[in-house]
Amino acid sequence: MTRPILEVANLSVDIRTAGGTLQAVRDVSFSVGRGETLCLVGESGCGKSVTSLAIMDLLPRAATRRVSRLAFDGVDLARSGKGAVNALRGNRMAMIFQEPMTALNPAYTIGDQLTEGYRRHKKAGAAEARERAVHLLEKVGIAAAGDRLGQYPHQLSGGLRQRIMIAMALMCGPDLVIADEPTTALDVTIQAQILRLLAELQRELGIALVLITHDLGVVGRIADRVAVMYAGEVVENGTAAEIFTHPRHPYTQGLMDCIPLPGRTKPGERLGVIPGVVPSLVGGIQGCPFRDRCPHARPVCAETPPVKTQGEHAWRCILEDA
Amino acid sequence: MALFIIKRLGLALLVALTVSIISFVLLRTSGDAAIAIAGEGARDIDIEAIRQAYGLDRPLAVQYLIWLGQTLGGDFGQSLYFKTDVVDLVLAKAPVTLLLGLLSLAFALLVAIPLGVLAAVFANSWIDRAALAVAVFGQAMPNFFFALLLVMLFSITFRWLPVSGSGSWLHFVMPTVALGYYAAPAFMRLVRAGMVEVLSADYVRTARAKGLPTRTVVFKHALRNAIVPVVALSAVQLGYLLGGSVVIETIFALDGLGFLAYQSITHKDFPVIQAVVVMLSVIYVLLTLLGDIANAWLDPRIRVA
Repeated sequence: MTRPILEVANLSVDIRTAGGTLQAVRDVSFSVGRGETLCLVGESGCGKSVTSLAIMDLLPRAATRRVSRLAFDGVDLARSGKGAVNALRGNRMAMIFQEPMTALNPAYTIGDQLTEGYRRHKKAGAAEARERAVHLLEKVGIAAAGDRLGQYPHQLSGGLRQRIMIAMALMCGPDLVIADEPTTALDVTIQAQILRLLAELQRELGIALVLITHDLGVVGRIADRVAVMYAGEVVENGTAAEIFTHPRHPYTQGLMDCIPLPGRTKPGERLGVIPGVVPSLVGGIQGCPFRDRCPHARPVCAETPPVKTQGEHAWRCILEDA
Repeated sequence: MALFIIKRLGLALLVALTVSIISFVLLRTSGDAAIAIAGEGARDIDIEAIRQAYGLDRPLAVQYLIWLGQTLGGDFGQSLYFKTDVVDLVLAKAPVTLLLGLLSLAFALLVAIPLGVLAAVFANSWIDRAALAVAVFGQAMPNFFFALLLVMLFSITFRWLPVSGSGSWLHFVMPTVALGYYAAPAFMRLVRAGMVEVLSADYVRTARAKGLPTRTVVFKHALRNAIVPVVALSAVQLGYLLGGSVVIETIFALDGLGFLAYQSITHKDFPVIQAVVVMLSVIYVLLTLLGDIANAWLDPRIRVA
């Protein structure tokens, strides 16, 4: 196996809040191969976004990151200086954010915001950067690309802005793109377009993609690998085929039952519901965080569950095969 | 944008007119101008003659309209004390005050923007608290008192700077610092508050995600958005500074409009007081207008719409 483009080992993030320390992400490990699509799946507040921000070193100041290895193309970012990280960020690894309405600076034109990173990383002149920007705007399906460069964010719709964010992420020809729920803030019709666009570009340009989503329908269509997060932990991790055909963790199974999936859901069948709520992450969590909601819970679940593996498939549960 | 400017200009004219009416009425009711003109110990008959000669026996509204007509024609009358044309007097003193105002504003911004940015970037650290201490000190201390402290330190103890007068640029140093330091805290707190908010904005995170160095993120992406209200405040503060120059110019005997206003008030020199008030109000109104225009230009959401 060739060296993965992104390796994350034992990532934990604590966030200081008024109510105490929030263990937003606990001991998360995964890796992404070149050109691969990894989907990070889970409910709101399970630590998906925090994980992505931690990888990009964009955590808010109240958060602290601990990680034993965070390697981009073999370079350990956790042990690199700020300058080295900045040389990679926006250049070989880029990020697309959840909220296109606020992710662009209202004071500068689209053209300025698209080209500034490219000019810095590639030492390119204004004309060359502009040409690249026009090329990418066309690639993400924006008509009259040249005119858009002179416009300000407030003159554009949410869908257009997210296309621009995608173009911005692609400016320097990254090896890795992290997209944090890039369609949540958009209209349903636009959501499908944007996701299709992302998937096409990922295939065409051979980019590794980490897509954070709670939409399992999307995951089923584009993921190579899936990591399921619950209460700050990765509870199951494997190839998309394995996760969909043979989910091992009760939480993953619950998620699968919540959505209609072709081949899984029989006609007329009722969709499932996972009872209960996600436990509070303030203070320590003992044992399996899912046990209060789990149909298979036993006394032993009050202790830290073991990680079981089968080939590339790993899950945190006492169950061999539920 | 043109329509926007025209509307604001109309509003500015109205404000200036209102100020002139209020100041005219206040001055005329604050004391009998005829007595002031006649001087102490004048006979009643002389005062009555003066009252008629100057039209002071006519209704206030008529007096005002006559004054307004003359003023719009460029005639501000004669100074009762200096015995010269008010226009010449005011025009001769205005540059000193304007210079003092601009220098103080520049000083205030020069102190406040870096301090505000530092305080925001290192929010809740000792740097933030030190900047806050500087601000509280500046705001809590009356500027005449600070001016006196400066005089004691730099003129009397060290003998570096002249105590009073307006002969050279050295005469402007202490007045600028005294006046500017008083205006700085408001700017600093505005910059800090704006920066704290903007630094946690999504677009600042986007800028960081692009791998831009911290100074680009802070000064290009954050400060540009945080500075917009500062521009409007600058204009208003410059107005205050011109007002504050009455005290500061008097302390340092700096020969500007403020000092002139002080002298005219002590000598009941009504035409000069009226002219200075109108002049300052017009400048103030124009500055506010300028602030609005600059604001509109800085925020593309206002500019383009």
